[in-house]
Amino acid sequence: MRKPEINNKGYLECEHRQISSAASGATMIIKALEKENVDMVFGYPGGAVIPLYNKLYDSTLKHVLVRHEQAAVHAADGYARVTGKPGVVFATSGPGATNLVTGIANAYMDSVPLVIITGQVPCSSIGTDAFQEADITGITMPITKHNYLVKEVSDLPNILSEAFFLASTGRRGPVLIDIPKDIFDREAEFVYNRNRKIPGYNPTYEGHAGQISRAVKAIKEAKRPVLFGGGGLLRSGASPALQDFAEKARVPVILTLMGLGAFPGDNELYLGMPGMHGTITANYALTQADLIIAAGVRFDDRVTGKIEEFANNARVIHIDIDPAEIGKNVNIDVPIVGDVKTVLEALLKNVQPGDTAEWLQQIKGWQKNYPTLCGSNGAGRPIKPQFVIKELSRLSPENTIVATDVGQHQMWTAQHFNIKRPYKFITSGGLGTMGYGFPAAIGAKLACPDETVICITGDGSFQMNIQELATAVNNQLDLIIAVVNNGYLGMVRQWQDIFYNKRYAHTALEGNPDFVKVAEAYGAKGLRAAGENNVSSVIEEALSEKGPVIIDFIVDPEENVYPMVAPNCPINEIIFGGARS
Amino acid sequence: MKHVLAILVENKPGVLSRVAGLFSRRGFNIDNIAVGETVAPGISRMTITVEGSEKLVEQVIKQLHKLINVIKVSNLSKESSVMRELLLIKVNAEVGYRSDIQQIVETFRGKVVDVSPESMVIEVTGDEEKLEAIKLLLQHYGIREIARTGKVALLRGAAITREG
Repeated sequence: MRKPEINNKGYLECEHRQISSAASGATMIIKALEKENVDMVFGYPGGAVIPLYNKLYDSTLKHVLVRHEQAAVHAADGYARVTGKPGVVFATSGPGATNLVTGIANAYMDSVPLVIITGQVPCSSIGTDAFQEADITGITMPITKHNYLVKEVSDLPNILSEAFFLASTGRRGPVLIDIPKDIFDREAEFVYNRNRKIPGYNPTYEGHAGQISRAVKAIKEAKRPVLFGGGGLLRSGASPALQDFAEKARVPVILTLMGLGAFPGDNELYLGMPGMHGTITANYALTQADLIIAAGVRFDDRVTGKIEEFANNARVIHIDIDPAEIGKNVNIDVPIVGDVKTVLEALLKNVQPGDTAEWLQQIKGWQKNYPTLCGSNGAGRPIKPQFVIKELSRLSPENTIVATDVGQHQMWTAQHFNIKRPYKFITSGGLGTMGYGFPAAIGAKLACPDETVICITGDGSFQMNIQELATAVNNQLDLIIAVVNNGYLGMVRQWQDIFYNKRYAHTALEGNPDFVKVAEAYGAKGLRAAGENNVSSVIEEALSEKGPVIIDFIVDPEENVYPMVAPNCPINEIIFGGARS
Repeated sequence: MKHVLAILVENKPGVLSRVAGLFSRRGFNIDNIAVGETVAPGISRMTITVEGSEKLVEQVIKQLHKLINVIKVSNLSKESSVMRELLLIKVNAEVGYRSDIQQIVETFRGKVVDVSPESMVIEVTGDEEKLEAIKLLLQHYGIREIARTGKVALLRGAAITREG
């Protein structure tokens, strides 16, 4: 990479220049991680990163050895979501790097800060189809916030510094640095500068004062307002501001899957999650609202349903740090580019409640008439999966961190696990990555060793990264893995049930292993619950155990997630279902 | 409607593929593209013509701004600007036709830059309409090959598209 000469703005303006002596590329990386207060790296060694691991061997930095590179990214992602700090990943060239791709795409979709360092074949071999060569910067261009291929070791300090800066500012995201093997051993002056300035990168944090006044006016005038918030609330630390705002303005709150926990799940102003498997109240409220205050959301299709009919009665205020999200899917009346927390705090200063009493009364009526049902089959019959979630929620401590995989169990967790606090619910929202939950739970547990961490997964999802049991056992993690085992790829089966005339093409997972024996084979504890009367006792036993515990919940195989809005239908056209109990 | 975007980028490896990749993965179509250096060292200028609605172009511009190596994006179609493209045409030109062709080329203020026993290469610059017009006239003689640079554009007057 050529040294840029953009001096009119200062490519990197050094205020506190720290001059150190020459260091090798590998040493620079370890030093940079120390300067960035990184306490943990998730990775997997290989040929091209041996020089890096050789230096790591002498360092006090904790390295978590996973069993598949994909799990390293997911674990770093889980770590980042609960701490707010960038997760750091090491992997080798070629297959090591390509195995990261799903995890990187997952983090990109959910705006999770990561710094990923991959080895590459030596500079002289690049472009020759050398052994374990893959163009990982080319491959990850569409799924990283930015990426780098290092060609000169002297560029490495600035690149490392920029990578951490980019990953953890503005709209967060993964940044990848690809480093040829010889660069790890080459030496240059190590000057690490944390006061970074990149000419094409200048995120807006403060909202535009004029737009904020317009928003205040719109809120005052609104009769049926609703605040609709997402993952941006959590990334910006906006939960306290959100709670103050909602209470001062008397505006009810709806949170997307990515936003769960940003507002207390048991607050009277909370209406639940919107969209495909959202609460009926949230969907009706969005449809009938006259003002939507969208905060840190991106109007995903799983939330809006048929976009042409989404919130047609409402004016929309949209607060987001990424200007490209504003007006992308929905037309916006009051656009506010900025950090959600900063903007909510600015709104809070002047906001006055409108006349919303009648609206709040109407909402109370919906909440009373349309609770999200949680059936129970009673003793001796197959366990209702929702019952498992309810019991996990009831029995686990207040601060429990829940990580889910993707599918029915994910939606049941979103519906029935009472998430009261921020950073306690981690899930793959945008990409919908099966196999995310378990390694993410490992990352979360390593970041928060004193909290109870439960991974709620399915028999399909769990098997996508089941090898990480070795990582969990190796690190002696007190971790509960609750497998909601219905013997199907449940969500796909549900769609086949509803939209494809019950033709269950290849969704029955015949040949599943005995998860209790799998646990035991890895040296973990395995428990099983096959009837509702022993659900609570098994959960209690698991909570008191040390080390990883798998609970195999054998649940009703054909239970569906309701309520449901069919894809591309308006969100007030609801399939109620749920009558099966 | 066609929009001509001037994009100032850091001249770093891969920047062209970052920009081109963004267009393709978001389903935007590049009509033509021209890239070259600017007066500022380390900064290149891409001129990209994209066809689409106001809303689409607004989204294109916002997405381009998200690329870290992109410093500035301006929609020159929104402002008074000079737009030019260079066209090279190799046309059949046997002896009897040469003076006719020469006359057309002069009318369009083009130049003959190469002559062989059966053909001529003609160079002409201008806006899209003018280039289409000369192409149409020369078709009569048989066009063997053409090459175009893609559009480049500058704002009229003293104002410039600057980084930052």
